[in-house]
Amino acid sequence: MTDSTTTAARQEPAPGTFVPGTGPAVHAPGRTFGGPRAAWLLAAVVVLALLAGASLAIGARGLPLATVWQALTAFDPANGDHAVVHARIPRTVLGLLAGGALGLAGAAMQGVARNPLADPGILGVNAGAALAVVTGIYVFGVGSLSGYIWFAFVGAAAAAVVVYLIASLGRDGATPVKLALAGAALNAGLYSLMNVILVSSQDTLDRFRFWQVGGIAGRDWSVVLSGLPFLAAGALIVLLTGRILNSLALGDDIARGLGQRVGLARAVTALGIVLLCGSATALAGPVAFVGLVIPHAVRFLTGPDYRWILPFSLVLAPALLLGADIIGRVVLLPGEVPAGIMTALVGAPVFVWLIRRGKGAGL
Amino acid sequence: MTITTSRVNPSAGTPNAGSGRPRRTRLLLNRTAFLAAVVVVLFAVSVLLGSYTVTIPDFFRILIAHLTGGEKIPGASFIVMENKLPRAVIGTMIGAAFGLAGALFQTMLRNPLASPDVIGISYGASAAAVTAIVVFGASGAAVSAAALGGALGVAAIIYAISSGGTLRGTGRGDAAGNRLILAGVGIAAALHAVVNFLMTRADIRTAADALVWLNGSLNSASWDRAGVLALALAVLLPAVVALAGPLRILELGPDAAAGLGIRVGATRLALVVTAVALAAVATAAAGPVSFVAFLAGPIARRFTGKASLPASALVGAVIVLAADYVAANLAPLLLDGTVLPVGVITGALGAPFLLWLLVTANRKDA
Repeated sequence: MTDSTTTAARQEPAPGTFVPGTGPAVHAPGRTFGGPRAAWLLAAVVVLALLAGASLAIGARGLPLATVWQALTAFDPANGDHAVVHARIPRTVLGLLAGGALGLAGAAMQGVARNPLADPGILGVNAGAALAVVTGIYVFGVGSLSGYIWFAFVGAAAAAVVVYLIASLGRDGATPVKLALAGAALNAGLYSLMNVILVSSQDTLDRFRFWQVGGIAGRDWSVVLSGLPFLAAGALIVLLTGRILNSLALGDDIARGLGQRVGLARAVTALGIVLLCGSATALAGPVAFVGLVIPHAVRFLTGPDYRWILPFSLVLAPALLLGADIIGRVVLLPGEVPAGIMTALVGAPVFVWLIRRGKGAGL
Repeated sequence: MTITTSRVNPSAGTPNAGSGRPRRTRLLLNRTAFLAAVVVVLFAVSVLLGSYTVTIPDFFRILIAHLTGGEKIPGASFIVMENKLPRAVIGTMIGAAFGLAGALFQTMLRNPLASPDVIGISYGASAAAVTAIVVFGASGAAVSAAALGGALGVAAIIYAISSGGTLRGTGRGDAAGNRLILAGVGIAAALHAVVNFLMTRADIRTAADALVWLNGSLNSASWDRAGVLALALAVLLPAVVALAGPLRILELGPDAAAGLGIRVGATRLALVVTAVALAAVATAAAGPVSFVAFLAGPIARRFTGKASLPASALVGAVIVLAADYVAANLAPLLLDGTVLPVGVITGALGAPFLLWLLVTANRKDA
């Protein structure tokens, strides 16, 4: 494994230089921002930090910034405002974690599948998690968010594996249409089974419908902590695969010629993706479109190099999720719109725009 | 783009097609007649058998009494005339409508995987209907009207998205078809989020009602609804007959069709409008019964050896009638009396079939 990656690395151009044909389907060299990518990444981190701060400060109960700061530096348990801020901390942390996982998983999925439309929502992962959660509620009487985690994780992972296997049957591998349709087919089948349970048990429906929308509200630290190990392992694996994804982007034959063991590389990356998708869905429920949209936006800043796309996605995806969550908190006062809904409403126009540009059609 | 190039019917029928042509046509006719007979039998089964059994003489006595205003049999008259018969009539009609809509989409887009539920039209109907149920407290005809509007609106949006640029540019139907599918998948996901959100805002009993509608159900079948549906089909079926000829030429590919004097753009638009309208009126009558539109065409082709619109319509009716019998009469025995929506059964059957089709389509290309 190390041997093959270093061989591939020697063939690689230095970061920032453009070699014709290295990008799978991304942008022309003139549209790449080139050199100052580190500066962009720093700016993205600053934006994310600001959003995390906003996520602590903004909500149904408006608080002055000074109070928020006090709550963080000199916490007073007797102060109600401080308690509000503290209650927003696990939510914000969870948004950071789940968003980062979705962004990384989306970018790596698109790289492995050489498919700009790969995304946990479209690829049946959410349906797998949903059926598992419904089974958990109905059969085992699970009733808390922390109880759903394990069901969601196993269901999501199983669905991801099945969709990818089905779509990659045949010589030309997982093409966008095959993946989208394999995902759609599995979605439909799993939702049918789920509906058998939901139609016959109103109690199950009552609990499930609130999980189904996807969001980062109402989770406590135990939820965050139980998802963390899987998430960290997945993130570690995927962040190290930037080079692998770069050479896979050239096509299997060229990647093999560069010394890459294609099957192994793909399997390792897929393992990381399954860990990330599974834990993100377990933590935040089915959140649509973050994993799809962010890597595309990131490519405008970075160009086709996955060694940059991955860290950028890691930073910008939680920014989108937290931003959507913040908007959802204030848009329908006194109620909230869950983050999973807001991301879908933001993501759909972007998806459509990508299709109109022809990115999805011919690949 | 291999899926789209696996044409709708390259593998159907015998390899030596030249000598077998008359036999194949006769086979098609025989099998189509057989399908029609199956529809009649299933119709009779769903009216006569089940939790309340009626004998054939009783059925005609009830029917004649109903039509002539004669003496009614207490209980039986009501169950047959107000419940079982409209249910079977609507089941047959929506099955045929979904089957035709799916076959039209699949033939026109030259993609066996295209159908109104896969490409998102049903989600438009769902989102509009659930909005009507949850936000405006609507029921009955108002929900149907909302579903109709939603389906047509989303179809227009998807068509606008996918057709802009490509049809005008290269005239390649396949790229436009793929965009149609992908745009549908994306819009479906967004509408799905809207539906999920509305479900959390509703009272749990309203949410349960909405869930039954979302799955496609014949439980609220009535003569009013059957009448509206029959009226719509009376307009749409002649349109299908008129378009069947141009459709067969269009199947040769847009360039060849243009060479043969077909106005490709106009014909395609007429086909889309007709197919969407069929799917939309059927969805309005019974909710989005999943996979009927998708399954009917391929099953009809495999069974009759040829792509055939009448056979697709009959297969659609067979699927809905059979699935509804299972959902209404057999499922309650297993699930403590819960009558399942018919769409749950068709979805459970359809998903494995779609996966199988994907796998075999891939094998053929490899």
